[in-house]
Amino acid sequence: MNMIAPRRSRLVLVGNGMAGVRALEEILSRAPHEFAITVFGAEPHGNYNRIMLSPVLAGEKTFEAITTHPGSWYKENGIELIAGEPVAGIDREAKTVTGEFGTTRPYDVLLLATGSNPVIIPLPGHKLPGVIGFRDIADVETMLAASKSGTRAVVIGGGLLGLEAANGLARNGMDTTVLHIMPTLMERQLDPVSAGLLKADLGNRGIKVITEANTKIILGEDRVEGVQLAGGTHLPASIVVMAAGIRPNIALAKEAGLTCGRGIQVDDAMVTSDPAIYAVGECVEHRGALFGLVAPLYEMAKIVADRITKTADSDYIPAVTGTRLKVTGIDMFSAGDFMGDENTDDVVFRDAARGIHKKLVIRDDKLIGAVLYGEARDSAWYFDMIRNGTDISALRDTLVFGPSAGNSGEAAGVESLPDTAEICGCNGVSKGTILAAIGKHKLTTADQVRSRTKASASCGSCTCQVESLLALALGGDYDATPKVKPVCKCTAAGHDAVRAAILDRRLKTIPAVMDAMGWTASDGCASCRPALNYYLLCAWPGEYVDDSRSRFVNERMHANIQKDGTYSVVPRMWGGVTSSAELRAIADVVDKHQIPTVKVTGGQRIDLLGVRKEQLPDVWRDLNAAGMVSGHAYGKALRTVKTCVGSEWCRFGTQDSTAMGVALERMTWGSWTPHKTKMAVSGCPRNCAEATIKDFGVIATDAGWDLYVAGNGGIEVRVTDLLAKVTTKDEVLEYAAAFMQLYREEAWYLDRTAPWVERVGIDYVRTRLSDAGGRKLLQARFMDSQRFAQDDPWADRAAGADAHEFSTLASVE
Amino acid sequence: MDSHISVWTDVGHLNDIPRLGSRVVTTPAIDIALFRTADDRVFALHDMCPHKAGKLSQGIIHGESVTCPLHNWVIGLPDGKAKEPEEGCARTVPVRLENGRILLAVGGA
Repeated sequence: MNMIAPRRSRLVLVGNGMAGVRALEEILSRAPHEFAITVFGAEPHGNYNRIMLSPVLAGEKTFEAITTHPGSWYKENGIELIAGEPVAGIDREAKTVTGEFGTTRPYDVLLLATGSNPVIIPLPGHKLPGVIGFRDIADVETMLAASKSGTRAVVIGGGLLGLEAANGLARNGMDTTVLHIMPTLMERQLDPVSAGLLKADLGNRGIKVITEANTKIILGEDRVEGVQLAGGTHLPASIVVMAAGIRPNIALAKEAGLTCGRGIQVDDAMVTSDPAIYAVGECVEHRGALFGLVAPLYEMAKIVADRITKTADSDYIPAVTGTRLKVTGIDMFSAGDFMGDENTDDVVFRDAARGIHKKLVIRDDKLIGAVLYGEARDSAWYFDMIRNGTDISALRDTLVFGPSAGNSGEAAGVESLPDTAEICGCNGVSKGTILAAIGKHKLTTADQVRSRTKASASCGSCTCQVESLLALALGGDYDATPKVKPVCKCTAAGHDAVRAAILDRRLKTIPAVMDAMGWTASDGCASCRPALNYYLLCAWPGEYVDDSRSRFVNERMHANIQKDGTYSVVPRMWGGVTSSAELRAIADVVDKHQIPTVKVTGGQRIDLLGVRKEQLPDVWRDLNAAGMVSGHAYGKALRTVKTCVGSEWCRFGTQDSTAMGVALERMTWGSWTPHKTKMAVSGCPRNCAEATIKDFGVIATDAGWDLYVAGNGGIEVRVTDLLAKVTTKDEVLEYAAAFMQLYREEAWYLDRTAPWVERVGIDYVRTRLSDAGGRKLLQARFMDSQRFAQDDPWADRAAGADAHEFSTLASVE
Repeated sequence: MDSHISVWTDVGHLNDIPRLGSRVVTTPAIDIALFRTADDRVFALHDMCPHKAGKLSQGIIHGESVTCPLHNWVIGLPDGKAKEPEEGCARTVPVRLENGRILLAVGGA
């Protein structure tokens, strides 16, 4: 009876780089299920942050650290990645793309993000081994290898990329010379004065610069041995890096008959001359302009996602971009028209002794360009004025001194920026967005801001501004050194340290933990005791004896205290399924004990409200007699598994979601968790069980089950992240158990899964759970713990356990 | 027995209350919460938080304080006063221990 699901549109991306993958992220965030996606990438791995290649070359970062999308990311998002197979051709008639090894994929929508290639100047000898561009991780590896065997390097090109390459080679101990054909370095970003300062700074780092250098020949027999300049100068070199610019990679598009100029021509909607084909990134030509910086690429990614998913008719509007040089210790910034003309005024500040030069270009009382060299901390303030066309006539006298002009002290300037000011140019994140995120999510570290807003997540040069904003928002509470949130006021130790000490030092009681970790209050407080009790319970299943005095009332009484001091009782209904016998028994209990209110809960169960403390054991005994057990509606524990009726009844259902929900609840009930844990299983993507706002959500598809985690429907709604796509029921249970255990073992007490995943990052969770060995170990520990957890606490108490909790000590007349 | 002693009522034994635990004594007018600290001292308060009348007997006891289960006000056991920043006071009831028996000043006060 299953309906045949409509075929998903097929989206093929050619080019597995920053622009293309960002576009995919934007598309997935708008329409997670709409497209069957295939990615062709020429490089044999996932996507990485290409603008961070310079720090990798300089030894400041590892390749792993700049990998933004490992292979698992594609898998978890259901994306087919064909890595290491360049595309050979596009058949626009048949709407197919074919790779060099013959892999063919049909498309409904094609997205080209083929990027650019380094310009290799066709000098004699340019094909010798050892002559490379600076474009991908393979180039970096070649340079690193060369620095181990050779001693001299030549970089042709004194622009942004060339200087970063030269810096990296010099940092690796190579005697490095930059050959630049123009009279001054970085002439597209720097005025001659700051270019002179830069040349001197590079000289101090051992990097020689020859300007107006006209390279004639690259010398060598079997591999490169040096270069010769027009004047006859001979420079020996074991590696020559060509960084003379980039050229859009349009060969494929041209071959397919798309209209190309210098790049693939696109309109404001990023559509090429074929309406089924879009293009983004460095390969495009838009209104005659080419692109080489990351900010516009990310902006294009948003536009193309709006268009492809048909969520908005947005247009790409070119904006002013700013540039920084990623050479540690050289602080520079440049934006807009920094040269000026006869209609502009320059305001210049210069402190030669400190190596500071600032030049502002003003036209009609508006700042239109700026170069800051030696001290660029106010760059965001100036950049905001340039982008917004702010009237600066009132500020003109002090403009060059920055936003804190006239103030004493070390004001970093961020406080004077308007909320609209862009802090992170790469990702287009404003001051207001960052401050709002800090306030709303109680962020305290730059890492948290990075994962929440993406500010400073790309080139990282705005990290100090992000830190200033944290300092501004948090006042004296902010400390740039990584900060540990203490468990409570009784200790300086953080949650992770306490959990680690419990395991490493085999601490097995609350007093032992307090003693070992230097608690100041002898029996702690109402915050730390429940946390420690949970941590010990999780660490030593079957061994630790639960301390009821360290349980919040609801968990001690196994019922929910209400505002009038009475309790509510919620029996478990497995997967939300009940029967006439259970309903009849509940009705009898209500009548017998005169329970005032009966309410259906949001978790598909029945809540009996207004039960007096001393009635609880009798109520439970009667419910037990009808086969019902505690629903743990009161606990930081597995609560409910909500389900829809699924394929057994529903005409749309693709799998038996109810049976799956029952199986999940049977496996997980009774487990204690850092905070309450809710699950749901939906039988088809219509998702009637609302699985995408649960801690663990399962959605059936024709092919199997999609597993989602870390959703929340409370104060702050958070939609789940996709964890994995699996096919069998056993796999669903395995992932569920492993996820529960990872959460149980690593989250802080009172963290729901949503803030926990926000803190550690969904990629971390995916990585831990995508490893089959690690996943099975987590599952085994969960199942072991469950052996001790699946006793009905109601039955124990109905039989007399903890009787003092339910009776008064005495009655005095 | 003179009139003064008649106020003290034996309501139970120290061991009837778990360490860091609480039990309730009911009277016609009010409920009284008895608390036992880690070092076996006993305090008594009206079983009503000064904030929203939460049952203090159901709170978590630590040092000489109890944290109310409803909204986490922390109430001092010896004086019934809410810890800062909250303001308010739960009524105290005189209580003493004699040979392990708990004597509470109720009935004739």
